[in-house]
Amino acid sequence: MRLLYFAWVRERIGKTEEHVDPPAGVGTVADLMAWLAKRDEQYAYAFENAKVIRAAIDHRHVRPDAAIAGAGEIAFFPPMTGG
Amino acid sequence: MTTTIRLQREAFDVAAEVERMTRGRTDVGAVVTFTGLCRANENGQPIAALTLEHYPGMAEAEIARHVEEASVRWPLMGVTVVHRYGRIEPGEVIVLVAAASSHREAAFAAASFLMDYLKTRAPFWKQVEAAGGTTWVEAKAIDNAAAERWSSPPPRREAAK
Repeated sequence: MRLLYFAWVRERIGKTEEHVDPPAGVGTVADLMAWLAKRDEQYAYAFENAKVIRAAIDHRHVRPDAAIAGAGEIAFFPPMTGG
Repeated sequence: MTTTIRLQREAFDVAAEVERMTRGRTDVGAVVTFTGLCRANENGQPIAALTLEHYPGMAEAEIARHVEEASVRWPLMGVTVVHRYGRIEPGEVIVLVAAASSHREAAFAAASFLMDYLKTRAPFWKQVEAAGGTTWVEAKAIDNAAAERWSSPPPRREAAK
């Protein structure tokens, strides 16, 4: 699946996007964040306060317990400041 | 309902957008226009500019979903939302939300509703460019509280006496 990163999440990880293939046990958005956080210090830093990170699956806001199966695109970002 | 939703880098003409929304219509009795501008300060510090990052595709989709919700909640004849991204300097318009209806209650409520949701659910992120460097603006609790007030059903109106 395609992952997108925005704002300071993007800055901390050092990537705007990537493709990942998480293992079977990674079923929810929260699981995915925890799995990504283990990759290296940059990912750990980006996801150190998971409660603050928002996610969207295929352009729709989702909660941390949302299932990721079948997702085409998952985005992670800080709380929004538009308008 | 005449709907315009646009994201763009360039500055735009507010009056022209509003005129386009109501052109030719004689049933519109109320137009409420909100413009959000870049201030020259953030948290008491002077700033040189704001830079807005956004999520292309989702930003348009999310705005469209809320415009659709507004059209279900209130009798609207037109909605225009134009939101800039990229580098914006103090004094410049960042966002326009305009709503047209036959009477003012729907127009005021829809514009307010759309702005409260734009502040909290539209995927944009502001970065401040100031003397000390570049920092990300933090989301404000007051904006979340403003959006939440639309979650409960609107109060029942008393019949006119």
